[in-house]
Amino acid sequence: MSKSANALTLVLAACLLGGTSAPSAAQQMAGRDVVKPSAKLGLGRAATAEEIAAWDTDVRPDGRGLPVGKGTVKQGDDLFQEKCASCHGEFGQGVGRWPVLAGGAGTLKADRPDKTVGSFWPDLSTVFDYIKRAMPYGNAQSLTNDEVYALTAYILSMNDIVKNEKFELNEKNFTSIKMPNAAAFFEDDRETSEKHFWNKNPCMKDCRPAPKVTGRAMAIDVTPDGKSGPKVE
Amino acid sequence: MTDRTSTETLNRRRFLGAAGLAGAGAALSAIPALAGETAKSEALITDVQDWQRYLGDGVDKHPYGTPSKFEKNVIRRDVPWLTASAESSVNFTPLHDLDGIITPSGLCFERHHGGVAEINPADHRLMINGLVDKPLVFTMDDIKRMPRVNKVYFLECAANTGMEWRGSQLNGCQFTHGMIHNVMYTGVPLKVLLDEAGLKPNAKWLMLEGADSAGMNRSLPIEKALSDVMIAFAMNGEALRPEQGYPLRAVIPGWEGNLWVKWLRRIEAGDQPWQTREETSKYTDLLADGNSRKHTFVMDAKSVVTNPSPQAPLKHKGRNVLSGLAWSGRGTVKRVDVSMDGGRNWQTARIDGPVFDKSVVRFYVDFDWTGQELMIQSRAIDSTGYVQPSKDDLRKVRGVNSIYHNNGIQTWLVRSGGETENVEIG
Repeated sequence: MSKSANALTLVLAACLLGGTSAPSAAQQMAGRDVVKPSAKLGLGRAATAEEIAAWDTDVRPDGRGLPVGKGTVKQGDDLFQEKCASCHGEFGQGVGRWPVLAGGAGTLKADRPDKTVGSFWPDLSTVFDYIKRAMPYGNAQSLTNDEVYALTAYILSMNDIVKNEKFELNEKNFTSIKMPNAAAFFEDDRETSEKHFWNKNPCMKDCRPAPKVTGRAMAIDVTPDGKSGPKVE
Repeated sequence: MTDRTSTETLNRRRFLGAAGLAGAGAALSAIPALAGETAKSEALITDVQDWQRYLGDGVDKHPYGTPSKFEKNVIRRDVPWLTASAESSVNFTPLHDLDGIITPSGLCFERHHGGVAEINPADHRLMINGLVDKPLVFTMDDIKRMPRVNKVYFLECAANTGMEWRGSQLNGCQFTHGMIHNVMYTGVPLKVLLDEAGLKPNAKWLMLEGADSAGMNRSLPIEKALSDVMIAFAMNGEALRPEQGYPLRAVIPGWEGNLWVKWLRRIEAGDQPWQTREETSKYTDLLADGNSRKHTFVMDAKSVVTNPSPQAPLKHKGRNVLSGLAWSGRGTVKRVDVSMDGGRNWQTARIDGPVFDKSVVRFYVDFDWTGQELMIQSRAIDSTGYVQPSKDDLRKVRGVNSIYHNNGIQTWLVRSGGETENVEIG
């Protein structure tokens, strides 16, 4: 308190010496400790339980976030044909250039891997989370929890991960489903597997034999014409 | 001008170029300037031009200015065959038309997964929930009352140069390297917001979530979140562009662009990653043995010569400016080397302009060209000692199906006429 009072006195003294009018409110504030922010800003307000429930729909591999609900393969098939097949195909094979959801098992070492939910995705939770938040494309967040369970069950069936069309997926049996490629992911290891890219003395002179051109983008000829870009008003 | 004199001029130019390359720089200054000798008067100078005679636009004409009409080809471009839908797609920054280190906001490449969300900032909310003492909701006004910082960072899409894993495919640095931009962000350190909610001790990961129709979500380790991550509301001095996340986006310096969640609406604290679609199906890197790296967050040191390049061929013999960009997600760019002979010999380029942490730098090599074929490469070295590898060196470790994180050295073949091509060499 005495510190603030001293500061204020200094401000007043400065004003008097300058022979100007009385200090402005800003000048008075500048001389006080009150402008220093507190540890907590005191901004924002408490989120309500209803608000959190509306936005927090994410689901983790351990099942955390799964809502109560259920759906069978058969129900999922019907829904899929109605809401999904126009892009993803009746059997998840993909229409045109839209994503393929099923098949591709055993192709990950192939020259052209086929990365689908069945062949590639490590966690079933991702299927639920993603459909619930982002599908159908252009009409996101329009599906009920039961519908998402049913669609997830149908996608499992298309990928031969469940075989019975009477199979019902629900929040209780969800985490018992194991995805075929679950074990094939590992955390970024570049700092060890690519350690040789750290090099104190990269070569500067006569580093390699005379190079020859081995590939040309012009030969492939798939680049948009630079002059044919979108029109600008 | 007669044919004879123009031939003479050309020959003298060739001679000058050759002399320059041979390093006879001292001799050059003794030769009288070419321009004055045989030049014909130009009407552009001798006649009064319209812009000198008539009034131009008044100050009331353009409340928000746009580039000159003569720059109408300096635009973002897309490659329609890359994706099934323009709303979940990407376009490319015209790197060959730009200079310095700051990307103009209107030219910053776009990557959306559900189109551009149009949000009135008055309607935007940011929620923090999960493993926090007090779940909170902030308005944009709340966020703009917090202590703010200004930082220049590059944002590079994880898939930048991804179409080039199997070989040269797209002919232009806009298409091969244009999923990058570099701007100044204004915003609030994420730590400030997290402190307000109070992280619980077991909070190890955050999930960032967008308000767009893709509901983009990614897991972010807490160490990174508390170090240099920002929640930004401005770029290059003004509000974010809608396509860059207006009114609020995450800024995750040095890390792959996908994590920089736009239209940011929620941050959840948890004790483990969520394994969202964008960190399992996408943004994981398949190796030749069928296993995949995940959480490959950092963008390694990389560079590209932007001029000359296929969209910006060499037009003149004699003196030219080679220009390019280099960057590293691991720190600052310490050095850029340039080769004109496909990596046989290298010279260190001149970095000009500011060198910031996890920002691009601009480099130059001033050189004389006689018209001989060139194989131009650049090689970035960062503050951790990482040296940008060749594409073949990357393929030896990763194969050709990892889609993301292709930071291999680019080769441009400059042909004798100046035409420049994207090539692979062996």
